[in-house]
Amino acid sequence: MQELTAAAAIELRGIDKSFGSVHAVRGVSLRIERGGITGIVGENGAGKSTLMSILYGLYRADAGEILVDGRAVEMTGPRDAIGHGIGMVHQHFMLVDSFTVLENLILGAEGGPLLAGGRAAARTELARLAREYDLTVDPDARISDLSVGEQQRVEILKVLFRGARILILDEPSAVLTPQETDRLLEILRVLRDRGVTVVLITHKLREILSVTDKVIVMRRGEVVAERPTSETGAEELAELMVGRKVRFAFDKAPSRTGEARLVVRNLSLVDGRRVRVLDDISFEVRAGEIVGVAGVSGNGQTELLQVLSGIRQPTGGALEVCGRKVDASHPADPAEMRGLGVAHVPEDRLRQGLVPAFLASETAILGYQDREPFCHNYLLDGPAVGKYCAELMERFDVRPRTPGLRSSSFSGGNQQKLILAREMARHPKLLLVGQPTRGVDIGAIEFIRRELIASRDSGCAVLVVSVELEEILSLADRILVMSGGRIVGEVAAADADERTLGLMMAGARAA
Amino acid sequence: MPGSIASPVPTHPGVLRLDPGRGPVQTHGNNMGIAMKRWVGPLLSVLAAAGLSPVALAQTAPIKPAVVFSTGGKFDKSFNEGVSQGAERFKKDTNIAVAEFEPSNETQFEQILRRFAQRGQDPIIAVGFAQAVALEKVAKEFPNIHFTLIDSVVNLPNVQSIVFKEQEGSFLVGMLAAMASKTGKIGFVGGMDIPLVRRFQCGFEQGIKYANPNAELITNMTGTTPAAWNDPGRGAELAKGQFDRGVDVVYAAAGSTGLGILQATKDRGKLGIGVDSNQNHLHPGNMLTSMLKRVDLATYDSFKAAQANQWKGGVQVLGLKEGGVDWALDKDNEKLITPDMKAKVDAAKAAIISGQIVVHDYMSNNSCKS
Amino acid sequence: MSATRRPLPGWVEIGLLPLANVAMAFLLVGLIVRVIGVDPVHALELLVLGAVGSSESIGYTLYYATNFIFTGLAVAVAFHAGLFNIGGEGQAYIGGLGCGLAVLALDRYLPGLLMIPLAILASAAFGAAWAAVPAWMQAWRGSHIVITTIMFNFVASALMVYLMVNVLIAPGSMTPQSRGFGASAAVPSMQAALQWIGIAVAPSALNLSLLLALLACVGVWIFLWHTPWGYGLRTMGHNPEAALYAGTNLKRTTMLAMCLSGALAGGVAVNELLGVHHRLVLDFAAGYGFTGIAVALMGRGHPLGIVLAALLFGALQQGGAELAFEIPAITREMVVVIQGLVILFSGALVHLPRPWLQALLARKG
Repeated sequence: MQELTAAAAIELRGIDKSFGSVHAVRGVSLRIERGGITGIVGENGAGKSTLMSILYGLYRADAGEILVDGRAVEMTGPRDAIGHGIGMVHQHFMLVDSFTVLENLILGAEGGPLLAGGRAAARTELARLAREYDLTVDPDARISDLSVGEQQRVEILKVLFRGARILILDEPSAVLTPQETDRLLEILRVLRDRGVTVVLITHKLREILSVTDKVIVMRRGEVVAERPTSETGAEELAELMVGRKVRFAFDKAPSRTGEARLVVRNLSLVDGRRVRVLDDISFEVRAGEIVGVAGVSGNGQTELLQVLSGIRQPTGGALEVCGRKVDASHPADPAEMRGLGVAHVPEDRLRQGLVPAFLASETAILGYQDREPFCHNYLLDGPAVGKYCAELMERFDVRPRTPGLRSSSFSGGNQQKLILAREMARHPKLLLVGQPTRGVDIGAIEFIRRELIASRDSGCAVLVVSVELEEILSLADRILVMSGGRIVGEVAAADADERTLGLMMAGARAA
Repeated sequence: MPGSIASPVPTHPGVLRLDPGRGPVQTHGNNMGIAMKRWVGPLLSVLAAAGLSPVALAQTAPIKPAVVFSTGGKFDKSFNEGVSQGAERFKKDTNIAVAEFEPSNETQFEQILRRFAQRGQDPIIAVGFAQAVALEKVAKEFPNIHFTLIDSVVNLPNVQSIVFKEQEGSFLVGMLAAMASKTGKIGFVGGMDIPLVRRFQCGFEQGIKYANPNAELITNMTGTTPAAWNDPGRGAELAKGQFDRGVDVVYAAAGSTGLGILQATKDRGKLGIGVDSNQNHLHPGNMLTSMLKRVDLATYDSFKAAQANQWKGGVQVLGLKEGGVDWALDKDNEKLITPDMKAKVDAAKAAIISGQIVVHDYMSNNSCKS
Repeated sequence: MSATRRPLPGWVEIGLLPLANVAMAFLLVGLIVRVIGVDPVHALELLVLGAVGSSESIGYTLYYATNFIFTGLAVAVAFHAGLFNIGGEGQAYIGGLGCGLAVLALDRYLPGLLMIPLAILASAAFGAAWAAVPAWMQAWRGSHIVITTIMFNFVASALMVYLMVNVLIAPGSMTPQSRGFGASAAVPSMQAALQWIGIAVAPSALNLSLLLALLACVGVWIFLWHTPWGYGLRTMGHNPEAALYAGTNLKRTTMLAMCLSGALAGGVAVNELLGVHHRLVLDFAAGYGFTGIAVALMGRGHPLGIVLAALLFGALQQGGAELAFEIPAITREMVVVIQGLVILFSGALVHLPRPWLQALLARKG
């Protein structure tokens, strides 16, 4: 790396950090130039987030120094970072839902014991920021009334409001729809043009390629490459991140469908607030095919999976699962569904698919805890559970292969692989999968998709719900599009592309 | 305080005596067999002759007295406080230290009694019926230590059991209430709803009916938990409720709760009757009288007797006759007690002492009907 | 994971951290004791000797610990299911009602070998039943269990007073207590049991209920970590959505957890009534149910930790009484303050010394 005379916005020198036996960041040195968008990519666990947390003062580095505008600084907490003009937008928003935008903005910067003065000043400042950066948000709207994309804009405004000139965004698109992501990238470009330095942490190559000026690739705690964005491409970045060649396109054999394993007829669900969240849905899934459900998040996909897996009961219509009819007067709970041969990989693995505080081996039997070979004579067989978990880990390449480790200690991808392993290992007749690769790194994405296709080929009926169009397109044999609780269209995968699906998702019915 | 009490019966330790109306009937150590008529003296002398009764203290060295309070604690405005006052007075008069302990739960009774006994404390006063079981056990282990139990009975040669005939004192104040009442409606506010409080209430009721068969008694209990002893606010509410129903004299037998009852009485210009200690001074002019239960005297006398080598085991039932209960007449209420009232009450008192009037004890059959 | 909650090594987490908490509590207690004019070192000496200085004091310490083990386990089982059972006090009390009813009805007819197990079952059943009502209200009606269990303590207290005063009182008794239990219903005292095998100890309230409490610890451990129901219960406690996903019936599991919790609280009745009082008395639960919350917190919800915490609280209770006994300046209210400080430091402020320990270990490492 050549020496530059102009001081960088941020320079890290020899940053090193370990957590116990895990060496998370290994002697990283890098420069982030003023006024550009720098992307930091890497798989989960590559050390990106740890590195940024050190920069933001959340962790202290074991060794190394941080320079802001060429001067060495001490970061003992976020307050220091903010003082040096560094702001961070976290993946999970730190907003008070019941407060207005303005109230959230002045939280922690109230400006005296009486709010009135600070509030008026903040209103003026907010108007200025909105003008300058083209970030319009109603200052008096409640956070809970805002869309996810708008909430993120509030987060960005909050950081700018505190005077940040360097903005770090940690996986900002993880919670956004494709359209909202595009809007975000647009905002980032405006910020750059107005002189803000942006650091974008992500593992989504599309975003990196479309918006950044420079890419830094991390792998296993080290910086493995730096490239001007214009001189690189998805293939090279993916290879740098994973450390080997990655293939996204699969050579799928044509599907050979068998009998209908899931038949849904006029299914509807009215929730506790009398909102019709599922409306007259009919479709079927046959053995040996993958049916993809596409749609912007929050259009009934979550509820559909809940009904199909027995967590919620339909209020109208019926479904037939492997020959068992389920309707409002013949409910089936998740345990019975499992007995019928239904496996379910839930959308939200941390809240549903596993218990973070449990051991990996305990997670490996969630939902199957009262079955052989894990339970006999009303007692759990600890050694059998451990052995089973070790087998799953081996087959699905879960790392580290330690059944006695807490589930929360695994990276997102490895948690997901463990859940998939659990659900697929018992050769289900019907496999329901929600967001199979959400928050999962590239290497694991490839593996998970391959396994799902293998499952289809062995005769399993698979239903995949995903908000990633690219994922639906690469996996599904048939695609259903959901909007407003209804199925607004069905297309064969061969005839579909992102544009047509996107239009259908936005509510335009397919012809 | 003794000087200000109407016709106090001199209660010298030496003349404290066994009640002829009671007998050694206990099997579990805490039963009261009021109805049993047997003379206990012969039994005691037999015991003494057999050398089983080391009741008289032989030592000349200063005694080492101790008190184990009940779980209410020594500032409960009721028994414990009375005992504490008696002990304080003994300390002041004799300059002898009195060890004391306030247990925080009932299992500590046995442990603490034993610890005092091991340390050679003698005599040991145990306050409250709840200590009977523990005391019986420990007294058997230490036959040479002298125990005094207040408010319950344990029949062992080295145990002195002191109980009171609260019904007799309540009878007298009941008469006064009936005579002082203009509406013919009289109130009773008890503390925690337990048999002991009903014994007060029952004696009170008998006194009222004795003085005025047409008078009406309205009874309220403050509560069913020990908190009922310490809820002046609720006591005041109950008293006011009674006043609204026409009551003009109220008897507060409710520990600290009584302070609220008597305050309400003063606020409404009615008449109140205090309990346990002389509470006439609280609201002079509004206090008709107080029903005295002389635990302080019993404590003091027990210690004095021990000091004088005259401590005796056995049961002492302290009624009007023994000066263990009484009614209070002093400068604070002398204007409220007419000579006629005083004469009638004194006559009834004499009749009770002589046995002409028998006041029924609620706890003899758990009922106010004999 | 934030920087301040990083896990410490296991031995620090379950060994050093609680010790540091207790040490801090004692430091503050020492200051307070000093202010009222008592030599803190002497007071500590009395406290420790009072708790473990003789076979009698050890007996009382273990006797109190028995109660705390039962109530600590009760709180912990509910806590593992995500339910905060504040009603251990009332459940223990009503457990005593069951115990008393069984014994009063049958002690004349049954030998001890039948009577005692039956009385234990009755204690557990009544404790469970008393916990079942709030559990039902939580599971089906959505009434918050913290509120309902607190209220049920009061209901239990009022009910017991009513029954003791009007129904169960021994005829002619001065005090609201039942007649004495027959000899067949007495759990042998530890003194008697040890004498039988030739060991002489001083008499104390300690009885064989301690063994029942330890048995309950093993039982709870097996149930929570080695049965599918315990697994489902813990899943619900950590993550109700995951439990739902796994097919666990949340309503039934709520009932199961609370009934088990109530049954364990009923163990207090066994220790107190069958082991010590040998009759049904008022207020024998004496706050053990509430202290159980602190015991469970300090024991981190694990049976082994609960035993250790129960021993500490038992020692505090017994040593505290000795302290008040020996030093009149230290009243029983003072003893409550001492216990309260230990609870404060080991419960509410449990993470206070964590950063210092971290720093210490970091320097060493």
